[in-house]
Amino acid sequence: MKPEELLYNETHEWAHIAPSGGGNVATIGISAFAVEQLTDIVFLELPAVGRTVAAGEEFGEVESVKAVSPLYSPVDGEIIEVNTDLPNHLEHLGSDPYGKGWLIRVRLGDESSLARLLKFDAYQKQCAEGH
Amino acid sequence: MRNHRSTRLLFELSHPGRRGIALPACDVPSEPIDASIPASMLADAPPPLPELGESDVVRHFTNLSTFNMSVDTHFYPLGSCTMKYNPKRNERFAALPGFADVHPLQDDRTAQGMLALLFELQVLLGEIAGLPAVSLQPAAGAHGELAALLVAAAYFRDREEHRTKVLTPDSAHGTNPASARMAGFQAVTVKSTANGGVDLDDLQAKLDDQVAVFMITNPNTLGQFDRNVGRIADLVHARGGLIYLDGANMNAILGFVRPGDFGADMMHFNPHKTFSGPHGGGGPGAGPICVRDTLEPFLPSPIVVRDGISYRLDRDRPRSIGQVRSFFGNVGVLIRAYCYIRTHGPDGLRRVAENAVLNANYLLSRVRHFLPSPQGDRCMHEFVASAEKLKTTKGLKQPAMDIAKRLLDYGYHAPTVYFPLTVPEALMIEPTETESKDTLDAFAETLFRITDEPAELLREAPHSTWISRPDEVQAARAPRMRWKPD
Amino acid sequence: MPYILNTIEDQREMLRAIGASSIDELFECIPPEYRLNRPLAIPPAMSEMELARHMAELAALNRNASNSICFLGGGSYDHFVPAAIDALVGRGEFYTSYTPYQPEVSQGNLQAMFEYQTAVCALTGLDVSNASLYDGGSAATEAVLMAMSATSRPNRVVAAESAHPEYRRILRTYFAALGAELVVVPAPGGTVDPADWERAIDDRTACALVQSPNFFGCVEDVASVASIAHARGALCVQAFDPISLGLLKRPGELGADIAVAEGQSLGTPLLFGGPYLGVMACREPFVRRLPGRIAGQTVDRRGRTCWVLTLQTREQHIRREKATSNICTNQGLFALRALIYLALAGRNGLRDIAALCLRKSRYALDRIRSDARFRPAFERPFFKEFVVRDGEGRVAELLAAAESDGVLAGLPLGRWYPELDDCFLVCVTEKRTRPEIDRLAFALQRHSEHSGAAARHA
Repeated sequence: MKPEELLYNETHEWAHIAPSGGGNVATIGISAFAVEQLTDIVFLELPAVGRTVAAGEEFGEVESVKAVSPLYSPVDGEIIEVNTDLPNHLEHLGSDPYGKGWLIRVRLGDESSLARLLKFDAYQKQCAEGH
Repeated sequence: MRNHRSTRLLFELSHPGRRGIALPACDVPSEPIDASIPASMLADAPPPLPELGESDVVRHFTNLSTFNMSVDTHFYPLGSCTMKYNPKRNERFAALPGFADVHPLQDDRTAQGMLALLFELQVLLGEIAGLPAVSLQPAAGAHGELAALLVAAAYFRDREEHRTKVLTPDSAHGTNPASARMAGFQAVTVKSTANGGVDLDDLQAKLDDQVAVFMITNPNTLGQFDRNVGRIADLVHARGGLIYLDGANMNAILGFVRPGDFGADMMHFNPHKTFSGPHGGGGPGAGPICVRDTLEPFLPSPIVVRDGISYRLDRDRPRSIGQVRSFFGNVGVLIRAYCYIRTHGPDGLRRVAENAVLNANYLLSRVRHFLPSPQGDRCMHEFVASAEKLKTTKGLKQPAMDIAKRLLDYGYHAPTVYFPLTVPEALMIEPTETESKDTLDAFAETLFRITDEPAELLREAPHSTWISRPDEVQAARAPRMRWKPD
Repeated sequence: MPYILNTIEDQREMLRAIGASSIDELFECIPPEYRLNRPLAIPPAMSEMELARHMAELAALNRNASNSICFLGGGSYDHFVPAAIDALVGRGEFYTSYTPYQPEVSQGNLQAMFEYQTAVCALTGLDVSNASLYDGGSAATEAVLMAMSATSRPNRVVAAESAHPEYRRILRTYFAALGAELVVVPAPGGTVDPADWERAIDDRTACALVQSPNFFGCVEDVASVASIAHARGALCVQAFDPISLGLLKRPGELGADIAVAEGQSLGTPLLFGGPYLGVMACREPFVRRLPGRIAGQTVDRRGRTCWVLTLQTREQHIRREKATSNICTNQGLFALRALIYLALAGRNGLRDIAALCLRKSRYALDRIRSDARFRPAFERPFFKEFVVRDGEGRVAELLAAAESDGVLAGLPLGRWYPELDDCFLVCVTEKRTRPEIDRLAFALQRHSEHSGAAARHA
């Protein structure tokens, strides 16, 4: 996936929306900028398949040595797949944040919250301002 | 001279067949064990503990001890931890068999000396706090916070008031919000101002009838006395809330001002800081709490009371929150605190505060020219200096960390670094009253010299210690928390 | 002042450097209306000699395990403390250092923490240990809170009536704030019947708390409790006696998920209840919910093996109100005592100490029950403590009489178990000799004869 084609939370999660099985499915990850800011990530806690999440709701945590950052869902829906291999290969978060570093896939429910997400340019601008 | 052979792990030093405790022969009938306990409950073999002789063990730990810095060996200006000298006499007195060998469930009649001492300590702490009702039970400062918040919860339940929130300043120690949550409250953060004081506007915005307790550290974590403390107490009291004082920094104000007199309703002491209990490599401490009379019925049980000339543990306290730990409390630490207070008396305690504050201000005056302190030129018992400018002047990424590490090379323990978070590249320095002007002069000169050293030297410091800059990322990613045979 | 080094001249120079005219000026930041304008109302200072006399006088007023024969237990035990422990922890480098914030100058403490954790894993048969908590009672509570969080079942916990009554009291204190329910299963025969666990543990229960050997000294069927709990998706928390594991099956073998203990038995004197240490270990999957400090092994920048505090994101200073616990420190010095004790005893020493406790307590019960007035309250296997029922129901009088004979004979149980108000708990450690045990039996039986004689005269 190309970062230019993704939608972003202000809290640095990205979402890629694609049609699948008669609806839309969002693949969710965290941006390269966020991974760099977090520095050496040591632990990742991901949710279980089947849980429903609301946009803005916490669905997991990422830890560096001396910080814990919650992960917030950019979308509403049901979690249908989790990258269970990732916690054992945390290096993928740095080396391929928009590919092998994906976190979860969500079958979209209410799509109205998508309008709230940032496009690439706006997200880039936010990062350039340093937050 | 260190002996690295003897500091291999105990489990690597193990030699089958050795033992460090010789036991007397069994002088009662030696029936088979499984005659008393069914074989199904018995282990096939004892736990796989190492096998060592007494001299192996003594050499191992004696050498290990030389890898530590300590108050007995080094200046230890660790901010907010009050690393003062730990008097030897207190160790001797606490070890008297008449104290050390008393069982916690002995009949009160048989422990009158112990109970008298603990009763007197309750009275002494109540007077120093200006809050007369005291429980000695909590095991540490954080435990005292929790106990006091449980007392507050019980008080409001008793009044049939439903209050759900505890306010804590953003500069507060992390135990404050964690304790609030454990006591069943929602922790709400209040902003602080540049000099660490409470932001009154933010407090007023967040203060409502749901607030049970406002937790304040005063002097605060930047080593400043919050002059607004009385007004803050008035605001909180007007809404029916209580003020909790985190007593971590009592060393600065002993005998000058009492928390009960500036509006606190509850507080804890850290006897291992203020009253010289040794820190023991991270504990034990104690966390006695003092509260207003109106809160007394809710204090943990038991409490020592005096009936005429005898003392007893009062366990019949129907409105008490109950117990927060087993038995009476960390009595060994409390005995040391008692000895310390009796050694000083009223004048001596005041002189402790005077010299703690004098030493901190003197060190500040010597340091702030090259490491500015954002709160200005005066402080209480500690101050926070910022190493931020070394980022640009030396190109260091983490100058506070680098200075801390380089200090170790010169034989000083590092100050507290990166706390409070409100000051960039913070070095929090607390000299305590038991250091001399000579030590402070030498320390200030060393700090200055370090800020003048080449960046490479700082970045890789320390250079003289057995290890340097351990890899914490590896430790956290693939945690190895016990030894396993290869 | 004994510990202040500044002379008047030093102070003058320091004030000059600060630019202050007096020390009082440094306190001007404290608004005058709050200041204490009188000396603290506490007694005047004492010299070391005066204090030594005062403390000796207070100490002399206490009966203790050095001047009496102590058969008291109930969670605090008069086991032998080898001299090497005091000599080693008395080194200033250990007892006057603090939490290892700077690992480069704390390797002594950190390595000892790592060794302690390894020793606790060896002792319990579990995967991970923390570096210790405050004491056995608060450790039991922390274990229960941890189980509630791990199972996402915040509302209900089942505990054995035979678990230490103070531990259950602490749980109730914490639960009052959290709104959780503590269900207590009875132990009328000295242990809990598995059928009662079966009835009490449901699919909302976070954990079963069982103590073995329990407060009465009896060994519980922990394996059954664990399998019943696991079948309902609950965890099994076992409180254990570290010395007993020289003989008994370890918590890990029995199926416990979290094990806790009062660590005082391991080289710490009675100290009227503290400081002690809370031992806590768990299975690997729960490590991120384990409260307290943990030391981990790593390498330094030159590749040397070393130790640091690890998994700190669990802790309050990072996670604040979301932390699993508010605990800040461990009981470093007392964990060190426990480690040195275990190192000195070793695997065979621990077994032999446990065997002495067992045999001597059997002998004591046999001696006591040779007087028909005294009967064991429970017919269950026990380790080093047992409950004696006084056929005449005059426990307080009996224990007071024994005390005047120099014997601290036992703990009256009525305070915690009203139905056992005719019973007392006797503990026999490896320190008690046969003549001392005979003297205990004699002191109890002599009272029996006296009261018998008094009854005849009446």
